[in-house]
Amino acid sequence: MTDLTDELDADTVFRWLTAAAASVEREADLLTELDAAIGDADHGSNLQRGFAAVVTALGKESPGAPGAVLVLAGRQLVSSVGGASGPLYGTLLRRTGKALGEPEQVTGRQLADALRIGVDAVAQLGGAAPGDKTMLDALYPGVEALSAGGPHPYGAARTAADEGAQATVPMRARKGRASYLGERSVGHKDPGATSSALLFTALAGAVADE
Amino acid sequence: MSEQQDTLPQPSAGRPQARVGIVLVSHSKEVADSVARLAVGLAAGRDSAPVEGAGGGPDGGLGTSAELISAAAHKVDTGAGVAILVDLGSAVLTVKVLLAEGDELPENAQLVDAPLVEGAIAAVVASAGGADLEEVAAAAEEAYHFRKV
Repeated sequence: MTDLTDELDADTVFRWLTAAAASVEREADLLTELDAAIGDADHGSNLQRGFAAVVTALGKESPGAPGAVLVLAGRQLVSSVGGASGPLYGTLLRRTGKALGEPEQVTGRQLADALRIGVDAVAQLGGAAPGDKTMLDALYPGVEALSAGGPHPYGAARTAADEGAQATVPMRARKGRASYLGERSVGHKDPGATSSALLFTALAGAVADE
Repeated sequence: MSEQQDTLPQPSAGRPQARVGIVLVSHSKEVADSVARLAVGLAAGRDSAPVEGAGGGPDGGLGTSAELISAAAHKVDTGAGVAILVDLGSAVLTVKVLLAEGDELPENAQLVDAPLVEGAIAAVVASAGGADLEEVAAAAEEAYHFRKV
């Protein structure tokens, strides 16, 4: 059992991001396929390149604090993704990392609070809100389920983010390139929400591995 | 010749020699570089302004490269400020993130809310004429209101 009083260290976050990279690699074709329907068919390859850069950077430098690991990873995403998901995921990780600060051990509660700050920063940067058929539709349910605590907060967050991503199917896109499609964006799952759900799946895996 | 010069406005008089730098960010390298050439070409007859395209993604394809933007901004920075014009999507978001966090851009860099082509021409003409950063940004933003029909 893992609850929010359990502590996480830099190694936990390293395993989280490594798992996220593996997951993005595995699902790259699916993400690109989803993006081909309502976007520009580069979400999978862009995130693949971005997370590969994250893993390389974390292999060279090994920051000793969870916050520093996230800041380094976010910086890599901003510089290497090449699409809108770069600055957006980069902001998510960097702001979350900054909110965690210097401590070498943080609680799950602190991570949940920091993630909320990161998700708010993403919303502000993109000018989007839940319901706009974006990554926020997985990120907000995920972070809310995590914050709610309970006996399996990470598993609950994974489930909520997955359901949030699935719930984007009937939505009409109001942000990004997909918004140009208007009604024709309805009936497609949002690629950004899908990759955001992968992040929560990777987090649940990294924490349960301890 | 010298008489004629005396009657011409001398934009650099009383101003620093430095011109406002202009960075043009597009998903396409060809678009960014061509708009840069276009803007300099249409502003010909005056001293040129430092203009640099930052187009394409990290892999050289369509996209946005934070590193190219940062390199271009430093290249055109002569101390008078840097106006950054962008096309859309990740170009907008990447410049916003670079401005908000980190130290990758010159201190006096600014994201200008303007159409890329028309704004670039207005910005280059203004900068070449000795305008300061605020005036260059205003000239570029005004391009939104140049109705064509």
